[in-house]
Amino acid sequence: MPKIIEKRVLTPITKMFRFDAPMIASAARPGQFVILRVREGGERIPLTIADFDAKSGVVTIVVQEVGVTSRILGAHKVGDNILDVLGPLGEPAHIPPGGHVVGIGGGFGSAALWCLMRELKERGDRTTVILGARHDHLLLLIDELREVCDNLELCTDDGSVGFKGLVTERLQQLMDGPGKPDHVIAIGPMPMMRAIANTTRDTGIATQVSMDPLMIDGTGMCGCCRVSVGDDVKFACVDGPLFDAAKVDFDEAVKRNKMYVKEEKLAAERQQKIMEEATHAS
Amino acid sequence: MPAKRIKKTPMLERNAKLRATDFMEVNEGYSKAAAAFEAERCLRCQDPICVAGCPVHIPIPEFIHEIAAGNMPRAAEILRSANPLPAVCGRVCPQEDQCEKVCHMAKRFKPVGIGYLERYVADWERAQPKSEDAKKPTRSQRIAVVGAGPAGLVCAGDLARLGYPVTIYEGLHAPGGVLRYGIPEFRLPNEILDWEIDQLRALGVEIVCNVVVGKTLQLDDLFDKMGYSAVFIGTGAGLPKFLGIPGENFNGVYSANEFLTRINLMQSYKFPETDTPLYIGKRVAVIGAGNTAMDAIRSALRVGAEKGMSIYRRSQKEMTARVEEYHHALEEGVEFHWLTNPIEIIGNDKGMVTGVKCARMELGKQDESGRARPIPIKGSEFVIPLDNIVLSLGNSPNPLLVNNTPGLEKNKHGCLIMKNDTPQTSKKWVYAGGDAVTGAATVILAAGAGKDAAAAIHKDLSEVVV
Ligand SMILES: Cc1cc2nc3c(=O)[nH]c(=O)nc-3n(C[C@H](O)[C@H](O)[C@H](O)COP(=O)(O)OP(=O)(O)OC[C@H]3O[C@@H](n4cnc5c(N)ncnc54)[C@H](O)[C@@H]3O)c2cc1C
Ligand code: FES
Repeated sequence: MPKIIEKRVLTPITKMFRFDAPMIASAARPGQFVILRVREGGERIPLTIADFDAKSGVVTIVVQEVGVTSRILGAHKVGDNILDVLGPLGEPAHIPPGGHVVGIGGGFGSAALWCLMRELKERGDRTTVILGARHDHLLLLIDELREVCDNLELCTDDGSVGFKGLVTERLQQLMDGPGKPDHVIAIGPMPMMRAIANTTRDTGIATQVSMDPLMIDGTGMCGCCRVSVGDDVKFACVDGPLFDAAKVDFDEAVKRNKMYVKEEKLAAERQQKIMEEATHAS
Repeated sequence: MPAKRIKKTPMLERNAKLRATDFMEVNEGYSKAAAAFEAERCLRCQDPICVAGCPVHIPIPEFIHEIAAGNMPRAAEILRSANPLPAVCGRVCPQEDQCEKVCHMAKRFKPVGIGYLERYVADWERAQPKSEDAKKPTRSQRIAVVGAGPAGLVCAGDLARLGYPVTIYEGLHAPGGVLRYGIPEFRLPNEILDWEIDQLRALGVEIVCNVVVGKTLQLDDLFDKMGYSAVFIGTGAGLPKFLGIPGENFNGVYSANEFLTRINLMQSYKFPETDTPLYIGKRVAVIGAGNTAMDAIRSALRVGAEKGMSIYRRSQKEMTARVEEYHHALEEGVEFHWLTNPIEIIGNDKGMVTGVKCARMELGKQDESGRARPIPIKGSEFVIPLDNIVLSLGNSPNPLLVNNTPGLEKNKHGCLIMKNDTPQTSKKWVYAGGDAVTGAATVILAAGAGKDAAAAIHKDLSEVVV
């Protein structure tokens, strides 16, 4: 059971954890993810690997508290163990070297850009990161990301910091100017990824999005994670999670992710109550 | 003396209406008297062809004779020496296609209840004080097993008994393979699997879950970095097939693997006590008529479906499910639509499945599988309204490990290629068995393959030492 060695509260509902997992840390590549479980009877949820260090054997993840498992994980403390962690899963990001790569992160998706952009910068690519959120205090890991790219751009809906507007608007400006990207890689909420896919469609800019369908095993055994990509049906856990943005059927993906909203809400509320009662009691 | 009673001594079964609402075992097992009574029906043939009919050649008349003589410890010993998973196989083997099919009694009467007796002996054994003492490995060559399904478990157990330190690496969070995530508890209670796994741990076998070989570790790492002397691959056939017809990605359409994994491994029928949800509507159909299909549709009834059906493009004669499972499904109210081929899955604008469009079929000439080929009847299309569809079209070996391992060869079906029918793969010191080699087959074949591989590994390693 991997032990948590560091915890940071990034926003009230977004936590970063570093935990000991030497095997995962030495096998991981940017773009991959882990599947974890936090209690007996618990569900298996996928989380992107934000960072990893083979030498120290430490893996970093960022989790946003939305459902039962993420809430329970969010309440974990330094020294606690995570019941089950499986990884690294999925195909690593493949980006041909030498170009200008623009990484776009929305919400906690920015965490996933961390190790990827560092690796691209280290191998000599020109790197830009665009982070987007509603307000400035929802932008995550700004300092960490600034360190691992040549150019960090911030976008907020309310203009509280950086560019006032959507990440796609800033991306469009880059595309129209001298900083035209060769590759775009977007990780974040589905509407954002879909908007980016539409922005770069038919421009010849290779664009990848990181799909996050529901998953169970993460090894290609169940097909729960299937995503339509062009004429093919892909399993995101083994063929992805990164896919050609222009070919992804977002309509279907959005619907598939909503399959259990009712149940998820019920379970999350139930868990919230249990946790509140526990804090009251102690 | 053998008694020529025509009928098999029946096994008690729980009432179909009652049992179809829970996950407790359907069959209740023989009593001591019933087992003795049935054991007396065995003719103790000079030429026991039942033994030849058994994939692992259990000395069937011998263990049955010991039951009749009341010598249960001996019966258990004989049985276990040939089949390391008797409590499992006594419950899930297709006996009617194996030992009981060729039983001499079957020519004029009903065959001896070999499966029931196997189960009886194994259950007796489980109720005894612990049989195997904790053991310390006596050899220095360490062995890694990939996959904790029946093939891997049996291989590990045999090697541990020979004194090797053995580690099993399993991708999921719990060992057992299909026995854990696929076969439901009303056929195979978890407690039986857990007992078998406890036995292995007592033998000193180490089981490490949450490791996918090919991802977390590479196969070559097991040798180069971790110092194992040999590796057994028992990764099964866990890749689900889909139909490739429109509408398969509508919500409420599950592969049987997903459906059963949610219920068995993730225990979603206890939601929200457990955390994994499952959506089940009123009308549920499984596409297919094999063991997996029966498990899925009978599970669907247990988690709340009002109507359960099986839709199959061939006829009842070609159905691959065990006869017992088919009968149990009928008793529990499952409807069978033979010669019916799904051509399109229909859904609403929210992305939920609402039905399946099918064509009626007739049987033509034999196809390459040796079965009559179903041919669509023109203009026969019709729609069956449904809330869920479970696709049970078979599984092929998961390509994850092979694709990531240089030197490991597979055939066009994705099955590992073996050296001249030995348990050895195309890679030195790498052995394999079970569904990963044969494609989706049976528990007993997987167990037998694990056993053969353990013997081969032992033989090859012994030759290196001298
Ligand atoms: C629903 C269902 C019902 C069935 N009913 C019957 C029945 O009644 N009677 C019968 O005889 N047979 C039945 N079968 C078939 C039987 O279960 C299989 O033939 C048998 O389990 C095969 O055993 P195995 O050890 O080869 O593989 P599996 O049982 O498939 O086990 C393989 C294990 O390896 C793990 N694994 C895979 N890849 C990796 C990797 N790269 N690294 C680490 N671990 C890995 C998997 O997670 C799994 O736990 C049924 C099958 C299903 C699906
Ligand atoms: S999560 Fe099961 S196949 Fe991808």
